[in-house]
Amino acid sequence: MECVFGMVGKGFALVVADTSAVNSILVHKSNEDKIMVLDSHKLMGASGEAGDRAQFTEYVQKNVALYQYRNGIPLTTKAAANFMRGELATALRKNPYMVNIVLAGFDKDTGPSLYFIDYIATLHKVDKAAFGYGSYFALSMMDRHYHPNMTVDEAIKLAEQCIEEIRSRLVVAPQNFVIKIVDKDGAREHSWRRTTKD
Amino acid sequence: MTIFLPCLGVCKSLLQVLSRSTFSLLNQRSGLTSRLEVIMMLDFSGLESSAPLYGGSNELLSDGFSAAPSFDLPVTSDFDDFQKNSIQMVKPAKGTTTLAFIFKEGVMVAADSRASMGGYISSQSVKKIIEINPYMLGTMAGGAADCQFWHRNLGIKCRLHELANKRRISVTGASKLLANILYSYRGMGLSVGTMIAGWDEKGPGLYYVDSEGGRLKGTKFSVGSGSPYAYGVLDSGYKYDMTIDEAAELARRAIYHATFRDGASGGVASVYHVGPTGWTKLSVDDVGELHYSYYPVEPTIVEQEMTEAVVA
Repeated sequence: MECVFGMVGKGFALVVADTSAVNSILVHKSNEDKIMVLDSHKLMGASGEAGDRAQFTEYVQKNVALYQYRNGIPLTTKAAANFMRGELATALRKNPYMVNIVLAGFDKDTGPSLYFIDYIATLHKVDKAAFGYGSYFALSMMDRHYHPNMTVDEAIKLAEQCIEEIRSRLVVAPQNFVIKIVDKDGAREHSWRRTTKD
Repeated sequence: MTIFLPCLGVCKSLLQVLSRSTFSLLNQRSGLTSRLEVIMMLDFSGLESSAPLYGGSNELLSDGFSAAPSFDLPVTSDFDDFQKNSIQMVKPAKGTTTLAFIFKEGVMVAADSRASMGGYISSQSVKKIIEINPYMLGTMAGGAADCQFWHRNLGIKCRLHELANKRRISVTGASKLLANILYSYRGMGLSVGTMIAGWDEKGPGLYYVDSEGGRLKGTKFSVGSGSPYAYGVLDSGYKYDMTIDEAAELARRAIYHATFRDGASGGVASVYHVGPTGWTKLSVDDVGELHYSYYPVEPTIVEQEMTEAVVA
């Protein structure tokens, strides 16, 4: 029931994720932040098994930071995505991480980019991506209404439409969503869409 | 507790084969006796029943069950428990109720004290709130041995941290230590659903950690098979600004309601409070007695009463 989706606009990339932490029929928390800020200009929205999600995303975050300390320059989004895919692929045949990731980043020379990374180490550079049961609704919404070089307001409006569709059509829809954005000024939280206060 | 029954369809046909063979054996024996009985004029035909008998002739059935009457059953391996199992599938697995929440005066931690092995209550006096160190508590849900051992292990690691760094470990750090340990044993069958509650430099802290490797920071948690019931009472009565007594009563009431509805929870409701100077044990109440204090027995209204007839 976890939903993560993202899209690229003009000079920015957006990632939206639900914020529920669920165990079978119980909702433990509805304000769990699943979009991790990897570094100043990268966002990683992750969905999957609870332990794997936290452990893998923190592992990637610390390694990305380590690279920067060692080499003095930050990793590009493409390099970070390939690093993540490599780690998932290596672990796949031994102790697989059940995490699906949407990586959004902004690089000075290439601009905004979005990467779709599956739990079986699929890697695709895309304009729009979605994971989870919400993807059934979000993907077609985005296919219909997305166009390249959208403004922030247009993209937020499209994200809201996707959230509304998920809320009305998914049988056990998550209560709250968080929207995070990354552009030339960095990666930051944009807003929340709540139905419950927690 | 589920009784393992072999697939009834196979059993039925097996029994039919066996009963036919035992029947033919009986026939042979009775054939012999009936030849004798022609002379003695005794009739044992009434003893030959078509249903398989208990005892001797069923030695061929190694499991010792008596045969069920044959009618068509739905295709499940265990029909009697099918509905119970479908509820058990969604219900949280760990047979207990524990809860903890943060409020203005610190953290309130409460738990029941029943240990169950399937349908058997093995103990009504289990300590499910584990004292990791004087300012941190852990709750136990899941495997008792797993929880006790790993909490003790966590206590050791916290103490080592104190000695090495000359300062107490934070609740964040302690819960992360436990979560990492449990993550490394993932898939190996540990069953732990615990909450780490404590007071550190940042104030009150509460984390939920489980054996699947999940770790959640929060203000209100309940773990165990009785947790949905406890959540209901807890959510509706919770306010951040409560006094210690009000919060203790909320925690106690939530545990009581969970023990009332959940068969795997019961015994005594213990309530602990973690404040800036460490934890204190507030109360231990038998849930049966709590029931009668919350819902005293009302004398039944007698509508009609029989009295002695007045004899003139």
